[in-house]
Amino acid sequence: MINFAFQSTFKMEENNYLKDISEIKDLMSRSSRFISLSGLSGIFAGLYAILGALLAYFYIFPKHGEVLSLNSWNFKMLLVLLASVALLSIVTAFLLTSQKAKKNKEKIWDTTTQRLLINFLIPLVTGGIYIIIKLNSQHYGLTASLMLIFYGLALVNASKFTIGYVKYLGYAEIIIGLICAAIPGFGFWFWVIGFGVLHIVYGSFMYFQEKKN
Amino acid sequence: MSILVVNESADFNRLKELLNVTDGNLASHTKSLEKASYINIEKSFIGKKPNTRYYATQLGKAEFKKHINALEKLIKN
Repeated sequence: MINFAFQSTFKMEENNYLKDISEIKDLMSRSSRFISLSGLSGIFAGLYAILGALLAYFYIFPKHGEVLSLNSWNFKMLLVLLASVALLSIVTAFLLTSQKAKKNKEKIWDTTTQRLLINFLIPLVTGGIYIIIKLNSQHYGLTASLMLIFYGLALVNASKFTIGYVKYLGYAEIIIGLICAAIPGFGFWFWVIGFGVLHIVYGSFMYFQEKKN
Repeated sequence: MSILVVNESADFNRLKELLNVTDGNLASHTKSLEKASYINIEKSFIGKKPNTRYYATQLGKAEFKKHINALEKLIKN
Protein backbone atom coordinates (compact mmCIF):
# COMPACT_ATOMS: atom_id res chain seq x y z
CA MET A 1 0.00 0.00 0.00
CA ILE A 2 1.27 3.47 -0.75
CA ASN A 3 -0.31 4.92 2.35
CA PHE A 4 2.25 4.29 5.01
CA ALA A 5 0.36 5.75 7.91
CA PHE A 6 2.44 5.79 11.05
CA GLN A 7 -0.03 3.41 12.66
CA SER A 8 1.54 0.63 10.62
CA THR A 9 4.74 0.81 12.61
CA PHE A 10 2.84 -0.19 15.71
CA LYS A 11 1.27 -3.35 14.33
CA MET A 12 1.78 -6.24 16.63
CA GLU A 13 2.63 -9.01 14.15
CA GLU A 14 6.16 -9.42 12.79
CA ASN A 15 4.73 -11.11 9.72
CA ASN A 16 3.20 -7.82 8.68
CA TYR A 17 6.55 -6.04 8.90
CA LEU A 18 8.20 -8.61 6.68
CA LYS A 19 5.30 -8.41 4.28
CA ASP A 20 5.52 -4.61 4.21
CA ILE A 21 9.24 -4.60 3.53
CA SER A 22 9.00 -7.19 0.82
CA GLU A 23 6.10 -5.34 -0.82
CA ILE A 24 8.09 -2.13 -0.76
CA LYS A 25 11.15 -3.78 -2.26
CA ASP A 26 9.00 -5.43 -4.88
CA LEU A 27 7.39 -2.16 -5.94
CA MET A 28 10.73 -0.40 -6.06
CA SER A 29 12.16 -3.10 -8.24
CA ARG A 30 9.16 -3.61 -10.49
CA SER A 31 8.85 0.08 -11.18
CA SER A 32 12.46 0.56 -12.18
CA ARG A 33 13.82 -2.76 -13.45
CA PHE A 34 12.87 -4.97 -16.35
CA ILE A 35 13.45 -8.47 -15.07
CA SER A 36 12.32 -10.62 -17.96
CA LEU A 37 15.63 -10.56 -19.77
CA SER A 38 16.24 -14.05 -21.08
CA GLY A 39 19.51 -15.80 -20.25
CA LEU A 40 18.94 -18.20 -23.10
CA SER A 41 19.35 -15.33 -25.55
CA GLY A 42 22.87 -14.83 -24.22
CA ILE A 43 23.73 -18.43 -25.04
CA PHE A 44 22.39 -18.03 -28.57
CA ALA A 45 24.27 -14.78 -29.05
CA GLY A 46 27.46 -16.53 -28.07
CA LEU A 47 26.78 -19.38 -30.48
CA TYR A 48 26.04 -17.01 -33.35
CA ALA A 49 29.26 -15.12 -32.61
CA ILE A 50 31.37 -18.28 -32.63
CA LEU A 51 29.68 -19.48 -35.80
CA GLY A 52 30.34 -16.15 -37.45
CA ALA A 53 33.93 -16.21 -36.29
CA LEU A 54 34.46 -19.68 -37.74
CA LEU A 55 33.03 -18.61 -41.08
CA ALA A 56 35.23 -15.54 -41.05
CA TYR A 57 38.33 -17.51 -40.14
CA PHE A 58 37.98 -20.18 -42.78
CA TYR A 59 36.41 -18.27 -45.62
CA ILE A 60 37.05 -14.59 -45.34
CA PHE A 61 40.33 -13.90 -43.62
CA PRO A 62 43.30 -13.31 -45.90
CA LYS A 63 45.96 -15.96 -45.96
CA HIS A 64 49.27 -15.42 -44.19
CA GLY A 65 51.11 -12.40 -45.43
CA GLU A 66 48.16 -10.77 -47.10
CA VAL A 67 46.63 -7.66 -45.65
CA LEU A 68 42.94 -6.97 -45.36
CA SER A 69 42.22 -4.01 -47.60
CA LEU A 70 39.37 -1.73 -46.62
CA ASN A 71 37.69 -1.76 -50.00
CA SER A 72 38.03 -5.41 -50.72
CA TRP A 73 35.18 -7.84 -51.06
CA ASN A 74 36.63 -9.65 -48.03
CA PHE A 75 36.20 -6.65 -45.82
CA LYS A 76 32.66 -6.02 -46.96
CA MET A 77 31.78 -9.66 -46.30
CA LEU A 78 33.27 -9.31 -42.84
CA LEU A 79 30.96 -6.40 -42.15
CA VAL A 80 28.00 -8.34 -43.47
CA LEU A 81 28.90 -11.25 -41.22
CA LEU A 82 29.26 -8.95 -38.24
CA ALA A 83 25.91 -7.33 -38.93
CA SER A 84 24.24 -10.73 -39.35
CA VAL A 85 25.58 -12.00 -36.03
CA ALA A 86 24.40 -8.84 -34.31
CA LEU A 87 21.01 -8.90 -36.00
CA LEU A 88 20.40 -12.58 -35.25
CA SER A 89 21.40 -12.05 -31.61
CA ILE A 90 19.07 -9.08 -31.25
CA VAL A 91 16.12 -10.80 -32.88
CA THR A 92 16.60 -13.95 -30.78
CA ALA A 93 16.97 -11.89 -27.63
CA PHE A 94 13.83 -9.95 -28.45
CA LEU A 95 11.77 -13.06 -29.15
CA LEU A 96 12.92 -14.99 -26.08
CA THR A 97 12.62 -11.96 -23.83
CA SER A 98 9.10 -11.13 -25.06
CA GLN A 99 8.08 -14.70 -24.41
CA LYS A 100 9.46 -14.51 -20.89
CA ALA A 101 7.88 -11.15 -20.20
CA LYS A 102 4.49 -12.47 -21.24
CA LYS A 103 4.91 -15.33 -18.81
CA ASN A 104 5.90 -12.92 -16.04
CA LYS A 105 3.02 -10.62 -16.97
CA GLU A 106 5.60 -7.87 -17.35
CA LYS A 107 5.03 -5.18 -19.95
CA ILE A 108 7.37 -5.34 -22.91
CA TRP A 109 7.18 -1.69 -23.76
CA ASP A 110 6.90 0.81 -20.95
CA THR A 111 8.92 3.53 -19.23
CA THR A 112 11.32 1.01 -17.76
CA THR A 113 12.17 -0.78 -20.99
CA GLN A 114 12.47 2.51 -22.81
CA ARG A 115 14.99 3.68 -20.24
CA LEU A 116 16.75 0.34 -20.52
CA LEU A 117 17.05 0.66 -24.27
CA ILE A 118 18.23 4.25 -24.25
CA ASN A 119 20.85 3.62 -21.60
CA PHE A 120 22.06 0.57 -23.45
CA LEU A 121 22.23 2.31 -26.80
CA ILE A 122 24.07 5.46 -25.77
CA PRO A 123 27.50 3.86 -25.23
CA LEU A 124 26.88 1.35 -27.99
CA VAL A 125 26.03 3.89 -30.67
CA THR A 126 28.84 6.16 -29.54
CA GLY A 127 31.24 3.25 -29.87
CA GLY A 128 29.84 2.29 -33.23
CA ILE A 129 30.27 5.78 -34.62
CA TYR A 130 33.76 6.06 -33.21
CA ILE A 131 34.78 2.73 -34.73
CA ILE A 132 33.41 3.76 -38.11
CA ILE A 133 35.31 7.03 -37.94
CA LYS A 134 38.50 5.16 -37.12
CA LEU A 135 37.93 2.66 -39.92
CA ASN A 136 37.47 5.47 -42.39
CA SER A 137 40.92 6.74 -41.56
CA GLN A 138 42.45 3.29 -41.99
CA HIS A 139 42.99 2.67 -38.30
CA TYR A 140 41.53 -0.74 -37.79
CA GLY A 141 43.98 -2.20 -35.34
CA LEU A 142 41.92 -1.39 -32.30
CA THR A 143 38.52 -2.36 -33.68
CA ALA A 144 38.05 -5.56 -31.69
CA SER A 145 39.05 -4.01 -28.38
CA LEU A 146 36.90 -0.95 -29.01
CA MET A 147 33.90 -3.13 -29.77
CA LEU A 148 34.39 -5.08 -26.57
CA ILE A 149 34.95 -2.01 -24.42
CA PHE A 150 31.95 -0.05 -25.70
CA TYR A 151 29.73 -3.11 -25.51
CA GLY A 152 30.84 -3.66 -21.92
CA LEU A 153 30.14 -0.03 -21.04
CA ALA A 154 26.70 -0.29 -22.65
CA LEU A 155 25.93 -3.35 -20.52
CA VAL A 156 27.08 -1.75 -17.29
CA ASN A 157 24.98 1.30 -18.05
CA ALA A 158 21.90 -0.72 -18.89
CA SER A 159 22.24 -2.98 -15.85
CA LYS A 160 20.59 -0.39 -13.64
CA PHE A 161 17.33 -0.99 -15.48
CA THR A 162 17.32 -4.73 -15.68
CA ILE A 163 18.68 -7.75 -13.83
CA GLY A 164 21.68 -6.57 -11.88
CA TYR A 165 23.99 -9.40 -12.89
CA VAL A 166 24.31 -7.96 -16.37
CA LYS A 167 26.86 -5.51 -15.08
CA TYR A 168 29.29 -8.33 -14.35
CA LEU A 169 29.17 -9.36 -17.98
CA GLY A 170 29.80 -5.72 -18.77
CA TYR A 171 32.86 -5.59 -16.53
CA ALA A 172 34.18 -8.79 -18.07
CA GLU A 173 33.79 -7.41 -21.59
CA ILE A 174 35.56 -4.20 -20.63
CA ILE A 175 38.46 -6.11 -19.12
CA ILE A 176 38.78 -8.38 -22.14
CA GLY A 177 38.65 -5.32 -24.35
CA LEU A 178 41.42 -3.60 -22.43
CA ILE A 179 43.62 -6.71 -22.46
CA CYS A 180 42.95 -6.97 -26.17
CA ALA A 181 44.11 -3.41 -26.65
CA ALA A 182 47.27 -4.15 -24.68
CA ILE A 183 48.20 -7.25 -26.70
CA PRO A 184 48.07 -6.30 -30.37
CA GLY A 185 47.65 -8.92 -33.03
CA PHE A 186 45.15 -11.16 -31.32
CA GLY A 187 42.03 -9.08 -31.86
CA PHE A 188 40.19 -11.93 -33.51
CA TRP A 189 40.70 -14.30 -30.59
CA PHE A 190 39.69 -11.75 -28.00
CA TRP A 191 36.62 -11.02 -30.06
CA VAL A 192 35.74 -14.71 -29.99
CA ILE A 193 36.26 -14.86 -26.23
CA GLY A 194 34.34 -11.67 -25.54
CA PHE A 195 31.37 -12.13 -27.83
CA GLY A 196 31.35 -15.89 -28.02
CA VAL A 197 32.61 -17.59 -24.89
CA LEU A 198 31.58 -14.95 -22.35
CA HIS A 199 28.05 -14.80 -23.72
CA ILE A 200 27.66 -18.56 -23.51
CA VAL A 201 29.07 -18.70 -19.99
CA TYR A 202 27.04 -15.77 -18.78
CA GLY A 203 23.88 -16.83 -20.59
CA SER A 204 24.10 -20.31 -19.05
CA PHE A 205 24.62 -18.84 -15.61
CA MET A 206 21.57 -16.62 -16.00
CA TYR A 207 19.56 -19.49 -17.43
CA PHE A 208 20.26 -21.74 -14.47
CA GLN A 209 19.40 -18.90 -12.09
CA GLU A 210 16.07 -18.56 -13.85
CA LYS A 211 15.41 -22.27 -13.61
CA LYS A 212 16.11 -22.17 -9.89
CA ASN A 213 13.47 -19.47 -9.31
CA MET B 1 5.87 6.11 -1.97
CA SER B 2 7.92 3.02 -2.82
CA ILE B 3 7.54 3.80 -6.49
CA LEU B 4 8.11 7.53 -6.22
CA VAL B 5 11.31 7.31 -4.23
CA VAL B 6 13.10 5.23 -6.85
CA ASN B 7 11.70 6.96 -9.92
CA GLU B 8 11.81 10.67 -10.66
CA SER B 9 8.08 10.71 -11.14
CA ALA B 10 5.17 8.55 -12.19
CA ASP B 11 1.84 9.37 -13.69
CA PHE B 12 -1.56 8.21 -12.56
CA ASN B 13 -1.85 5.30 -14.96
CA ARG B 14 1.61 4.00 -14.23
CA LEU B 15 0.89 4.01 -10.48
CA LYS B 16 -2.43 2.35 -11.10
CA GLU B 17 -0.90 -0.49 -13.13
CA LEU B 18 1.96 -1.09 -10.70
CA LEU B 19 -0.23 -1.03 -7.60
CA ASN B 20 -3.20 -2.78 -9.14
CA VAL B 21 -5.79 -0.59 -7.41
CA THR B 22 -8.93 1.20 -8.53
CA ASP B 23 -9.03 4.82 -9.65
CA GLY B 24 -10.84 5.92 -6.52
CA ASN B 25 -8.51 4.03 -4.21
CA LEU B 26 -5.43 5.58 -5.80
CA ALA B 27 -6.95 9.03 -5.83
CA SER B 28 -7.78 8.99 -2.15
CA HIS B 29 -4.32 7.79 -1.18
CA THR B 30 -2.53 10.37 -3.29
CA LYS B 31 -4.76 13.03 -1.81
CA SER B 32 -3.72 12.17 1.73
CA LEU B 33 -0.06 11.92 0.72
CA GLU B 34 -0.27 15.34 -0.83
CA LYS B 35 -1.96 16.74 2.24
CA ALA B 36 0.96 15.47 4.32
CA SER B 37 3.33 17.17 1.85
CA TYR B 38 4.96 13.87 0.99
CA ILE B 39 4.23 14.20 -2.70
CA ASN B 40 3.72 16.92 -5.31
CA ILE B 41 1.07 16.69 -7.97
CA GLU B 42 1.42 18.20 -11.44
CA LYS B 43 -1.57 18.29 -13.74
CA SER B 44 -1.09 18.94 -17.42
CA PHE B 45 -2.43 18.04 -20.82
CA ILE B 46 -0.89 15.68 -23.34
CA GLY B 47 -2.63 16.82 -26.47
CA LYS B 48 -6.22 16.81 -25.39
CA LYS B 49 -5.89 14.20 -22.62
CA PRO B 50 -5.36 15.30 -19.03
CA ASN B 51 -2.28 13.85 -17.36
CA THR B 52 -1.48 13.83 -13.67
CA ARG B 53 2.10 13.31 -12.58
CA TYR B 54 3.34 12.64 -9.05
CA TYR B 55 6.68 13.47 -7.49
CA ALA B 56 8.03 12.60 -4.07
CA THR B 57 9.08 15.62 -2.01
CA GLN B 58 12.26 15.81 0.05
CA LEU B 59 10.09 15.46 3.13
CA GLY B 60 8.32 12.46 1.62
CA LYS B 61 11.58 10.71 0.78
CA ALA B 62 13.00 11.38 4.23
CA GLU B 63 9.89 10.15 6.01
CA PHE B 64 9.75 7.06 3.83
CA LYS B 65 13.34 6.26 4.65
CA LYS B 66 12.54 6.61 8.35
CA HIS B 67 9.59 4.29 7.84
CA ILE B 68 11.74 1.61 6.20
CA ASN B 69 14.38 1.89 8.91
CA ALA B 70 11.72 1.54 11.58
CA LEU B 71 10.30 -1.55 9.89
CA GLU B 72 13.74 -3.12 9.59
CA LYS B 73 14.54 -2.42 13.22
CA LEU B 74 11.27 -3.99 14.29
CA ILE B 75 12.03 -7.08 12.26
CA LYS B 76 15.50 -7.44 13.76
CA ASN B 77 14.03 -7.40 17.27
